[in-house]
Amino acid sequence: MKNEYEPVIGLETHVELYTNTKMFCGCRLSFGEEKNIYTCPVCLGHPGSLPVINKKAIEYAVKIALALNCKIKKYTIFHRKNYFYPDMPKNYQISQYDMPLGVGGYLDIDMGSYIRRVGITRVHMEEDTGKLLHKGTTGRISESEASIVDFNRAGTPLIEIVTEPDIRSPGEAKGYMITLRNLILFLNVSDCSMEEGSLRCDANVSVRKTCEDKIGTKNEIKNLNSFKFLQKGLEYEVKRQIKVLETGGEVIQQTRHYDSKTGTTKVLRSKEEAHDYRYFPEPDLVPIYIEDKMIEDIRKTIPELPSVKAKRFEKQHGLPKYDSSFLANNKDLSDYFEQCCRHYNNAKNIANWIMGDFSALLNKEKIIIKDSRVTPENLCKMLEIIDKGKINSKIAKAVFEEMFSTGGDPQKIIEDRGLEQISDEGLLEAIIEEVVKDNPGAVEQFREGKDKAIGFLIGRVMAKTKGKANPRIVNDIITKKLS
Amino acid sequence: MEIHYLTAHQLKDRLEKRQISCTEIVEGVYLRIEEVGDRLNSYIRLEKESALSRAGEVDKLISAGSDIEDFMGIPIAIKDNICTKNITTTCASRILENYIPIYNATVIDRLESRNYILAGKANMDEFAMGSSNENSYFGTVKNPWDTDRVPGGSSGGPAVCVAAGEAVCSLGSDTGGSIRQPASLCGVVGFKPTYGMVSRYGLVAFASSLDQIGPLTRDVEDCAAMLNIICGYDRKDSTSINVEVPDYKSFLKADIKDMRIGVPKELMVEGIDREVKEAVYRIIKLVEDMGGIVEEISLPSLEYALSVYYIIAPSEASSNLSRFDGVRYGYRNVEAGALREMYRRSRAEGFGDEVKRRIMIGTYCLSAGYYDAYYEKAQRVRTLVINDFKKAFEKFDVLISPTSPTTAFKIGEKMEDPLTMYLSDICTIPVNLAGLPAISIPAGLSGSKLPIGLQIIGNVLREDNVLKVAYSLEKAIGFTGRPGL
Ligand SMILES: [Zn+2]
Repeated sequence: MKNEYEPVIGLETHVELYTNTKMFCGCRLSFGEEKNIYTCPVCLGHPGSLPVINKKAIEYAVKIALALNCKIKKYTIFHRKNYFYPDMPKNYQISQYDMPLGVGGYLDIDMGSYIRRVGITRVHMEEDTGKLLHKGTTGRISESEASIVDFNRAGTPLIEIVTEPDIRSPGEAKGYMITLRNLILFLNVSDCSMEEGSLRCDANVSVRKTCEDKIGTKNEIKNLNSFKFLQKGLEYEVKRQIKVLETGGEVIQQTRHYDSKTGTTKVLRSKEEAHDYRYFPEPDLVPIYIEDKMIEDIRKTIPELPSVKAKRFEKQHGLPKYDSSFLANNKDLSDYFEQCCRHYNNAKNIANWIMGDFSALLNKEKIIIKDSRVTPENLCKMLEIIDKGKINSKIAKAVFEEMFSTGGDPQKIIEDRGLEQISDEGLLEAIIEEVVKDNPGAVEQFREGKDKAIGFLIGRVMAKTKGKANPRIVNDIITKKLS
Repeated sequence: MEIHYLTAHQLKDRLEKRQISCTEIVEGVYLRIEEVGDRLNSYIRLEKESALSRAGEVDKLISAGSDIEDFMGIPIAIKDNICTKNITTTCASRILENYIPIYNATVIDRLESRNYILAGKANMDEFAMGSSNENSYFGTVKNPWDTDRVPGGSSGGPAVCVAAGEAVCSLGSDTGGSIRQPASLCGVVGFKPTYGMVSRYGLVAFASSLDQIGPLTRDVEDCAAMLNIICGYDRKDSTSINVEVPDYKSFLKADIKDMRIGVPKELMVEGIDREVKEAVYRIIKLVEDMGGIVEEISLPSLEYALSVYYIIAPSEASSNLSRFDGVRYGYRNVEAGALREMYRRSRAEGFGDEVKRRIMIGTYCLSAGYYDAYYEKAQRVRTLVINDFKKAFEKFDVLISPTSPTTAFKIGEKMEDPLTMYLSDICTIPVNLAGLPAISIPAGLSGSKLPIGLQIIGNVLREDNVLKVAYSLEKAIGFTGRPGL
């Protein structure tokens, strides 16, 4: 019998929160400005300085934990995680250890044909490190002539979200990350940019025979910092481990680094070389008590989340499941969609446009819908014009492109460019007369019952009217005339 | 009496009566420093020039009619682990030899707002680790009563400055007795407030859960006046207690009638010098004569206090001191070719032996597989110590004990035997573990003319009781001894 293997994957995700100030000091958060300007004795780890907890960061963390269906611990403390590295000013990171803020949650991943429920083990708070820039050709610390540290990022509030080993394929892992990102974007507490590093992901991967319950030896994979790398890295690693097992080998517990250039994972350190972080309770901070009232107040600030929204779109607007979740998973698109629904009552039409031509143009121009020039009002106006038969869908495409680039009113664009559909039967009859006369061959074929021929004739009429003829009326007249 | 032996409140009185100027005070103190400084080595850095110019400014304020507040124009020595903006703060360590803080500790801001004068940065045991002030990169501090003897530690410098007239008073830090023990050995008053009463912001951390800044003064009145300035909530220190600060001077009443005073028998056992014990018994007699009620009490967990302390303090220290790595500030070995080597050599060359010893103990105690047996267990025993004190204070207003088991010992006597050295703090350490306020006041001199200290311990936030008993006993004891140099 052939051995079937399945991957067992758990993810650790770090999310930078965009509070006004850092986790433990009053410094502003920075977005790539001049180096080391947003620093103070606390985030530089100067002797004698002490941390003070940013209350806003706690609120944001609670918000994320609640949205992930976690139980909020009413009593939570910080620990110190000790290890030496030059991007860490104190050589310890203030983090949480055995008393995280949120535990026991889950996130449902819509995989199309099934839902994967991924357990959330814990949600905890910590501080980010500074950034190291290694001078030298390879950009690696061991081969650099010198390294420069930028502490602007040091102390930025971070949330770590750890899943249970519930993920069963690289595709599900990617689905989890996309769903998580969308969820956090809805909460408006982070910009979740994988390129900027405000959303980062490590994975724990093992494989086992499908008939087994026991989880195999896991490897931790670091540097999976885009949706693509996450999937590619995991695919490589899963294949690697299966190959090891199938050739009679044994998977060794390691921390591995994903190299996006080669698409492979390489050993970073073995289990024996793993850090002993010597966690102990941070004596410079006092325990945090999160009261029920605070939890309830924060719960009220959580907007409708994507999964709930998608269900509502199905019910309230009668959208198909695919459209609903496509729109609901993107805060901007769903907001736009709902604004449109206030002006126009065929939701499916709106969805088609947003998901089709509109999204295509947005992607091409690399902008988000909020920043586009097409207002919901104008989009709806255009849809009404189409419904009234004043323009056909082909013309509508052109009108929309102009709306997209100029922000113009659709009615005015149609008038200025004379694009209104010709529905005048007298006028169309004259044109059709001409076409029939010029194309006896096609007329003959039509009469012989070849349906294709009518398409050709309509096409001729459209060409003569520069696409403005109402195709339905043209069809009616030709059919009547020739039968 | 010479200017340099007056207390701050006596000097304030003379400033108010225009019998003296602030410049004369500073000059008087510096004259004394020049006279005895070389023999005592109590300062790491002097601030003579800026002190004199500050004195001139304060004199102008006074002649312009400004009210004279406590410590206005008074030269004060600051232990060199308290950050002073733009003035080196070395912690008596090579690793911070040239470190210049970019900010003031909260206590310094508070003193500056009272127009104090920084006399200089006082010598100490490196990173406040030690009981003899022999662990300083800047050399051993000598006891003014006998310069062959240690002044105690780690606030040896601050204690000596006050004892020898090199400053009117000083600020020290106390993690396991580092204010009280040198105060005892040098014959001055030293106070460790309730944990959280004085902001630790700007105090270079040794053991965060134990450290507390406090004053060393010539009498209890100056001590209370200094507490009025340095105590109080600070939002920059999360462990600072947000309570209303009383006027500590209002507790200076010589009346202890009906006060209940306990004597923990665990602090009067073997290892305590006969003369020290006798001094305590004499004081017990005094207390009873004044109408106080004295009883012996047992706090059984104190037996473990020293062990608990030497796990918790080094553990926290091992983490607190990891920031000294040569990357951002402080000593760096520039020959090292790679990062790990730079860390290793900078720290190997930058730290002294005792600091390294404690970093190693702490790192070990926190290591995977040892944490539960050491750190975790020590924390649980610490709770027992706290509970023992809690119970004791249901019955007593204060507890009294010797501050130090012995008078000042000879320089070098205990350096080769760290365990004996650690016993120097056996009476003071339990107080830090429980976060209590405690004072050491001079209780008299031994046969060989060395000061003996009495420790008075209060319940959490009951500085009032401690000060009341200290003030009453100070009056009753009438200690007037001065070192003969
Ligand atoms: Zn900062």
